[in-house]
Amino acid sequence: MPAEIYLNVAVGGLLTGLVYGLMALGLSVIFGVVRVVNFAHGEMMTIAMYIAIVLFAAFRLDPLLMMVPIAAVLFALGYVMQAGLINPFINRPEHSQFILLVAVALIIVNVLLMIFGPDAQSVQTSYSFDSFALGPLIVDATKAYAAAAAIVVAAALFAFFRLTSVGTAIRACADNYTGALVVGLDVKRLYALTFGLGTACVGAAGAMLVLFIDVTPALGPVYTLLAFVIVITGGLGSMPGALLGGVLIGLTEALAGLFFTPSAKSMFAFGILVLVLLFRPQGLLGKRAA
Amino acid sequence: MTRKVKERMTRKARISRRTFTAGLTATGIIAGTAPFNIVRAQTAALKVGVLLPRSGAQAGIGQDCQRGVDITPALLKDLGLPNLSIMNADTETNVEVARARAEKLINDGAQLLIGAFDSGQSTAIAQVAEQKGIPYVINIAAAPQITEQGYKFVFRNFPTAGMILGDAFANQKEIFAATGAAPKTVVFMHVNDTFGTAMKNGIGAVMPKFDMPYKIVETIAYDPTARDLSVEISKAKATGAEALLMVSRLNDAILLTREMVKQRWTPMAVLSMGPGWYEDQYLKTLGKLSDGPLSFVPWYDPNKPLSKKLQAALAKSFPDINLNTNHVYTFEALLIAADAFKRAGSADPKALADAIRATNITANVSPGPGIQFDAKGQNDKLKDSAIQNRGGQLVTVAPKVAANAKVEWPLKLYDKR
Repeated sequence: MPAEIYLNVAVGGLLTGLVYGLMALGLSVIFGVVRVVNFAHGEMMTIAMYIAIVLFAAFRLDPLLMMVPIAAVLFALGYVMQAGLINPFINRPEHSQFILLVAVALIIVNVLLMIFGPDAQSVQTSYSFDSFALGPLIVDATKAYAAAAAIVVAAALFAFFRLTSVGTAIRACADNYTGALVVGLDVKRLYALTFGLGTACVGAAGAMLVLFIDVTPALGPVYTLLAFVIVITGGLGSMPGALLGGVLIGLTEALAGLFFTPSAKSMFAFGILVLVLLFRPQGLLGKRAA
Repeated sequence: MTRKVKERMTRKARISRRTFTAGLTATGIIAGTAPFNIVRAQTAALKVGVLLPRSGAQAGIGQDCQRGVDITPALLKDLGLPNLSIMNADTETNVEVARARAEKLINDGAQLLIGAFDSGQSTAIAQVAEQKGIPYVINIAAAPQITEQGYKFVFRNFPTAGMILGDAFANQKEIFAATGAAPKTVVFMHVNDTFGTAMKNGIGAVMPKFDMPYKIVETIAYDPTARDLSVEISKAKATGAEALLMVSRLNDAILLTREMVKQRWTPMAVLSMGPGWYEDQYLKTLGKLSDGPLSFVPWYDPNKPLSKKLQAALAKSFPDINLNTNHVYTFEALLIAADAFKRAGSADPKALADAIRATNITANVSPGPGIQFDAKGQNDKLKDSAIQNRGGQLVTVAPKVAANAKVEWPLKLYDKR
């Protein structure tokens, strides 16, 4: 097999992994602060993908350019969901939260099915079939743009949490819930804001993924599972861990397909997960529970 | 309460002994002759449970098969065949759901089952149908083992994987001879499900008998629900094979084409021996990039009168849809049901199964002499065609007797379109 194929496949896996990382980042942010596991994460991404498809079909608006408005819509959805639906469940047992979010996921899938039907839908931009040739290396243009956008969004999110007072307040809530209440922080509002930021991340990721993945209502659960694999590998609650996990899973899937058999790609991704759970249960960049 | 109902009730209250006796006698006569009346009149429509993957990974194809169901009633009426009462069910592209839905349909009164496009799902339905003793006519499913179990209630008017492959290789050789060109090497890619695996095994068994001019340099299996097939195409391209031999579904056919374009690889030909590459969604999604692939598939004989009627019925109800395998074989499954019901004169499962076994429909749509079943319940006389995508339309290029166009060879470079 020619040597350049390994490079081509690895670059493709890396680029896809970065977008996966952004998608999982949202899940990690929500869990890290609100301590609620969003089982409707992939389904929320499909909402973003369908918004991108509708905007493209009706107004020919490029999903990459629409990434910010779509993320804003998903932010609003996440904010309202947390404030109105999830907040009453914050202090309830975990299984109640689990059932609530699974129910939300099922409702989303079925509503999308009723509106858009079961057929796969896609966006075909002017650059959908473009690729860059760098010597023997052929890079998929859509994946390159999407990965670059994922890096920008992730960097903006890191900056928000590190450099702004609201970001600092959110981190305070995550570190010490009671302490945050004592110093007078509006924890409920900050939780809603965090959930909104998490869903905005998945919204941005959806706007990018729709460029190279066809969307069906049934896509949600697949990506919810993928997001879990990534954040558990990277470390649940760790933002850099989510990105690292995304890249690792993207690369693993791509190289496993090349070295072994493509139909065993997912098996290898889950293999990595099992190894991490065995030897570093807190994830690659996660903190060990006190 | 309406006036008429009130009047009827008042009248009922005034029934005399004489009227009652006359009524009783009439009822006795009717009851005594009832079986003969049922035989002659067939007033009740046959309840046909249609199982299709209307959601899930095969939803697009399941919905396409449904179009075949939708246009059937008017055609059956034209042919003087009895009406069918259709009971729809969604298998959700899942074998276990298919099994459960088949059981539910039978419990709800279905007298005959039809479906289910996919070999895995059809196998599960066949087991249920045989166990419950309800006739099952498979519209589309190619795994040979379904009709090798000795089932008495299972019938298939669709070629087995072996038949598809035999005709595919014969038609390929005809095309190679007509163009004077043939690939020396191919890479074989197949979807890793029941159908794909059956076809892979079939190729191993059937290909040596046809002395093909090419050899398979590598076989690549991929997940039927894969969302990204870039690695698969990278691997295929790296083999240096001249042509691509395919067994796929719809979504993966679209993904594979996109990847070939992006990775700047145009093989000499795409030779598909399954669905996907000729379907309307493929043609519409990819536009001019959809031109060229050759599909070696169970198709229709464009010269048969019923094919023209079916084509016209589809064009009337679905103007933007090309007639294809999904419509043809779903329609023929319903045709078999209606024809058998007419001849059986009853919805009794055994009588229906016997009538289906004795089917002899020569005025049909699919290529070959017509619809007849062998002792295993398989229509072993079916013939396949080679079709090519051309400007959003589908033309038949082989066999010569059923062709309406000459093949375009080789595949035009994707970046020059």
